[in-house]
Amino acid sequence: MTATELPAPSPVVSPAPDRERWLAIGFAGPATLVLVVLFALPLALLFTASVAGPAGLTLSEYEKLATPHYLGVIWNSLRLALLTTGIAFLIGYPASFALARARGVLRSVMLAALFLPLAASVIVKAFAWTILLRSDGLVNTVLIALGIVDEPIRMIFTETALIVGAVNIFLPFMILPIYAVVAQLDHRLVEAAATLGASPVVAFVRVVMPLTLPGIIAGVALVFSLSVSAYVVPTLLIGERYPTLSTTIAKAFLLARQPGFGAAAGVVLLAITLTAVALSARLGRSGGSR
Amino acid sequence: MTARLAIGFAWLAALAAVLFLAVPLLTVVAASVSPTPVFDLPLEGASLRWYARIGRLDGFWPALSLSLQIALLSTAIALVIGTLAAIAIVRGRLPGAETLATALVSPLMMPGLVLGIALLQYFRAVGFTATWSALLLAHLVVTLPYVARTMIAGLALFDFTLVEAARTLGCTYAGAILRVMVPALAPSFLTAGLFSFLASFDNYPVSIFLTDVRTKTLPIKMLQYIEEAPDPTLAALSTLILAATVILLVASDRLIGLHRMAGTSE
Repeated sequence: MTATELPAPSPVVSPAPDRERWLAIGFAGPATLVLVVLFALPLALLFTASVAGPAGLTLSEYEKLATPHYLGVIWNSLRLALLTTGIAFLIGYPASFALARARGVLRSVMLAALFLPLAASVIVKAFAWTILLRSDGLVNTVLIALGIVDEPIRMIFTETALIVGAVNIFLPFMILPIYAVVAQLDHRLVEAAATLGASPVVAFVRVVMPLTLPGIIAGVALVFSLSVSAYVVPTLLIGERYPTLSTTIAKAFLLARQPGFGAAAGVVLLAITLTAVALSARLGRSGGSR
Repeated sequence: MTARLAIGFAWLAALAAVLFLAVPLLTVVAASVSPTPVFDLPLEGASLRWYARIGRLDGFWPALSLSLQIALLSTAIALVIGTLAAIAIVRGRLPGAETLATALVSPLMMPGLVLGIALLQYFRAVGFTATWSALLLAHLVVTLPYVARTMIAGLALFDFTLVEAARTLGCTYAGAILRVMVPALAPSFLTAGLFSFLASFDNYPVSIFLTDVRTKTLPIKMLQYIEEAPDPTLAALSTLILAATVILLVASDRLIGLHRMAGTSE
């Protein structure tokens, strides 16, 4: 027996490629089935229901949405989302930089302060804001004690309450994606920019901002799509006075029994969210290729 | 100078954010020990009597039990089928793996309310009226994306040649999976489980369309209590839920590390 005739080492894990493929399909099967039967088909049916009339296809449900009243409702949803996203960004962007610089116990405390509210029930937090913002609530007490106002101001069931609550609930979703990017930032690049004569402002605008752009886009898209479809927050903090797409959809199904109209409103809400997601994905890609 | 100012501003924003995020949670805890039925803050004295009344809230125990059943079961099923799919996507010779990965995560971008009404109409159309099963199936759609996202990311970082190395060193295939792959993926698995449990347990917008008069999950019951007659009993209940969440988070921090869950590899 010569060395060349040694038996080949037995293959460790290499079943026939064909078998491996079938195995993979088998592994992916149950999840794919759930996705098709419980997600894709119901969505398809929702689209169908939104254009189905007694006599074939119709856009009449969408026409109802195009009336001034419901355009106002759509604007309410967008306004809530835009204000929430804007304010959350103004607080969250600088905060992410501090979080990325924090070390040890401080970092643990700050991360816990982000994760605990994230894990806490939305209903619990919204309920807390109804307590805080009552006319005899803590916020009014503090404002009066500080001499900012003379008598309790009405806050609950106003747009202020709505925005304060929404920013509070969605802020962690802005900070975490930005933090994930800022924490990976190579500080030598900033130093390099300074060495090359860039002022701190120029270094920030030309180096730091573009590098953190993926995090900004992710955070903005996330907070926008969450707040545009928020339901618990407007229900508890402002109620009937500020109808949004979400509250309109819920009403159409739970009270008014207008599934066709509700479906159309649902499709509009979905379209808004998907536009935000698609736009952010596109921006993220073009930002990355630059 | 400008840089110093910017850093100072960043710390100020972070401090404000931390305080702002903590305020509602502290409020709930403080209100839960309020001695009077109104939420008088700051407190004058403390009382635990509201805690004793939680169990007497109308329909509380069935709602809690339902929420736990649905959250635990949907998480368990999602962990199994989501992990299998993630293995197929990352490792297998799966046709259309990229598309499946995107599709599996896509329900996350979907407003919960829209998923709720879509499932409501769908179940009605196919004549499926069993509330409990409908809730479980709906929550499976809610939890599966969390598992898929976390497990795909976790598996992508796993070096599969380690399994082969263990086999070369004499492990059986099952032994190699058990001793090498399972421990390496345990953090991802726990993170996935935690996120999906919380997503299901706290879900309101999907469940609201699928419950009936007798079968209500805890979040739906809670919103109903708040709208009907808010008193410190609800704050007490919220405090207990918060406490359970803190325990879960501390355990996850011990096991996984919060900064890893935050998405940094450091």
